[in-house]
Parts: sequence; structure tokens; C-alpha cells
Amino acid sequence: MTRPPVTDWSTDFDHLDPRWVENPYPIWDELREKCPVAHTERFRGVYFPSRYEDVRAVAYDTENFSSRRIIVRETPPPRIPAPPITSDPPEHRPAKNLLLPAFTPDAIKQHEQPTRDICARLIDRFAGKPGCDAAIDYAQEIPVRVIAVMLGLPESEGDRFRKWIHEILEAGITRPDILMKAMGETSAYFQAEIDKRKSEPRDDLITQLSRATIDGQPITEDHLLGALRLILIAGIDTTWSAIGSCFWHLAQHPEDRRRLVNDPALIPTAVEEFLRAYAPVTMAREVIKDVEIGGCPFKTGEMVLLSFPAANRDPRMFPDADRVVIDRKENRHAAFGLGIHRCIGSNLARMEITVALQEWLKRIPEFHLDPAARVTWSEGTVRGPRKLPVLLG
Amino acid sequence: MPTVKVKVDRERCQGHARCAALAGELFELDELGNAREKGDGVVPEALVEKAYLAKANCPEEAIEIEDKP
Repeated sequence: MTRPPVTDWSTDFDHLDPRWVENPYPIWDELREKCPVAHTERFRGVYFPSRYEDVRAVAYDTENFSSRRIIVRETPPPRIPAPPITSDPPEHRPAKNLLLPAFTPDAIKQHEQPTRDICARLIDRFAGKPGCDAAIDYAQEIPVRVIAVMLGLPESEGDRFRKWIHEILEAGITRPDILMKAMGETSAYFQAEIDKRKSEPRDDLITQLSRATIDGQPITEDHLLGALRLILIAGIDTTWSAIGSCFWHLAQHPEDRRRLVNDPALIPTAVEEFLRAYAPVTMAREVIKDVEIGGCPFKTGEMVLLSFPAANRDPRMFPDADRVVIDRKENRHAAFGLGIHRCIGSNLARMEITVALQEWLKRIPEFHLDPAARVTWSEGTVRGPRKLPVLLG
Repeated sequence: MPTVKVKVDRERCQGHARCAALAGELFELDELGNAREKGDGVVPEALVEKAYLAKANCPEEAIEIEDKP
């Protein structure tokens, strides 16, 4: 699909432009200094705040900015509820509290060993070979399996889940038919899984959530399907992207890689820095009241791309913002969002990224980008490498 | 360093859980994963640096540190 080339990033930006997809950071740096809230008429009108303080202001402002639409699309967007990510106050809090207990650091601990085993099995497949694709053979395979185990679904369903995610988050931006087909398929799939558990409850998240209540009332079927779809979509390509970016960095920075190999205790601190520098997730909001932020008027009905990745690169907030400092001590990054919509899966994602690095570095301390191959990046609002060929040893 | 007291602003806290990860001696999480200071929040001298580290890593700026009265 060819798109009209961008003439001016501050008045005509396009987050699907190949230059933005390949390397958005110089574009954001320029906007941050001279704009700082970009706008485009594309996608039916979208704003792009590039500074940390403006991103934070929008994230905190649930009066003027709604989460009922969180993906910028080219066509009049269908409202697809996936509570709590698409919920506003006052519905947001009960919907979020329903999911939170399963995602606390304590609750996530039980998934650590299974995650370690998944990583080890994946590494077995390519350890000893001259090379592999760290995105395809490793990063993308981890979260899909962990989420499957949590929900109580077969690990082998990975391909199907990834196809839906691609259709909903990437292809669906410009193709409503593909989007709606994927929505229908996910609903039918989860409905069948819910029905199975009605006669035979299991020790899994689908069973647990299908018994959930809000104010003593069982949640509606739509709410349940929306929440399950959210866990599937939000828990997979985001973490896959974050893991992939860690390996993209380490494949090119032997000094950082060796430091982590020699001092694995530093890995959790480095993970925070990778999350800051390569935050994968950009959210969106719909302007529901005219308002001014960062000196820029926001018009009702238009969308806002809420770029936590751009906020994380703001030198006003982070000294040496464009440098990856793996032992950065003060790191108030916004990779998991700010305000009431803080990512529910943050503790899970942190565990998966940390374990993925630990297990790989233990077995494969030396690797670098394959100079004969090309790295490719995802399109849309979740950024990460989709092809990452590396040579091992 | 003088002894200080930490307090989590429960309205601001969104459960990023950085404080509990960085200074588990001073902060704990409730059943939803939101943070609160342990006990009366008084920080033993040996942990003062950790208290400031937790504060500096809270994305919501929900941690207050005050001089102990």
C-alpha cells in the first residue's frame, strides 16, 4: 500500500510512514524542540504531543480525553469495548480492579518458572547453530506462550493469536473488514472456551474471570469477552516488541552485553532502561471536550496519539535521554503509561523481559546483528523488531 | 543523613510497584498491587538512600519523604 509522502512532520505526520516506522526518534526529537504538539489531517485528525509533560497532562486528563477509542484508524472507528483499557471513570475502576489481583508481582511469581522453561526450550532449538532470528525464533514465542498458559489455552495456538493481533493492531488500521473479521473470530473462540469451562471449571484465568462480579452482579458476557480479548492482544505483541528491542540493542552494544553477562544482578535495572529508551506502546485518546495543552488547542472529536515512547526520550525529563544507560538510577519512565490506565500487565511484562534476557545471556553470551540481513520493524502503535537476524557466538 | 519518613499518596499511586521492587523493606503492595508504606513509614538510617531511590523511580510521583518530627 502506498501512502502520500509526509511533507511536514509537525502538520502532516503519518505514523505509518516508512521513515517513522524505521526510526522515529529523530522525528520526535525535532518535534519536541520546535513544535511540540504535532497534528495531522490524516486518520481523520490526530494530535501528537512529543514532550513528557504534555503526554502526562493528556494521560491524567480523563475529563477531556476519553479512552473509548484507543487506536487511531483511517476509517470511522468502531467502538470495541475491551474494559478497562477502553473504560473511562467511573466504570474504569471496578473493571480494572477485577483484573488487578491476577497481575500483582506476587501473583506473577508463579509464572516465572514456567516462563524460564519456555525460554530454555526455545533456546534449545537454536543454541549451537550459527544464527537465528531473535525476534521470530525467540521474542515473539515467549509472551504468546505465557499468556496462553495464564488463560488456560494451549501454547500451540500461538500462530492463531498472532494472526488476530496483526489483523487488529496493524492491518486493521486501514482495513475495517479485516478488523471486524478478527473481532468476530476472537469472540467466537473465547465464547467456546468460556462455555467449556461452565461444565468443567479449570484453574485458569478464563474460569476465574467468568465467575467475576462487580457490585455483586456477574459481569456481562460482552465485558468478559472484551477483557479476555484485551489480555490476549495487550499481553503479546507489546512484550514481544520489548524483548526484541532489548536484543536489538545488545546485538549492537557488546560492552552493555558483556556487562550484563558478567553482572546479571544488573539485568532488572537495565530492563527499566530498555523500557524507557525502546518503550513499545503508544496509546490513543479521543478528545471529548475542546481543551488546550502545551499551548495547543485540541478539538473535540479528533484523536491524540499518546506516545509514551516519545515522552521517554524527552531530555527535559531524562538526562542523556537519547543514550541507553543500562545502570540509570533515576528512571521515572512512562513505558507502562501514566495515570489510571497504567498497564495492568506491567509486572508480567517485566518478569518476562527479565527472564528472557537472563536465560539467553546465560547460554549465548556472544551475538551480533547479521550484517547480510535486514532488521524490520512493526507498523502501527506497538513498536518492535519483527525480523532480527543475529549471528551467535 | 537524618532519619526520615516515607508516605505513599494512595490517590496518586497506580501500582507501578517500583517502590516495592527497589525498597521492599519500606514499601508493600496490597491485594490489587497498589503500594503503601510499611508500618509507620519511619526509615532506618541505613535505608534512607533506598527511600530516595524509590521516590526517584515512582512514575506517578506518589512518594513523599518528610523529616521525621
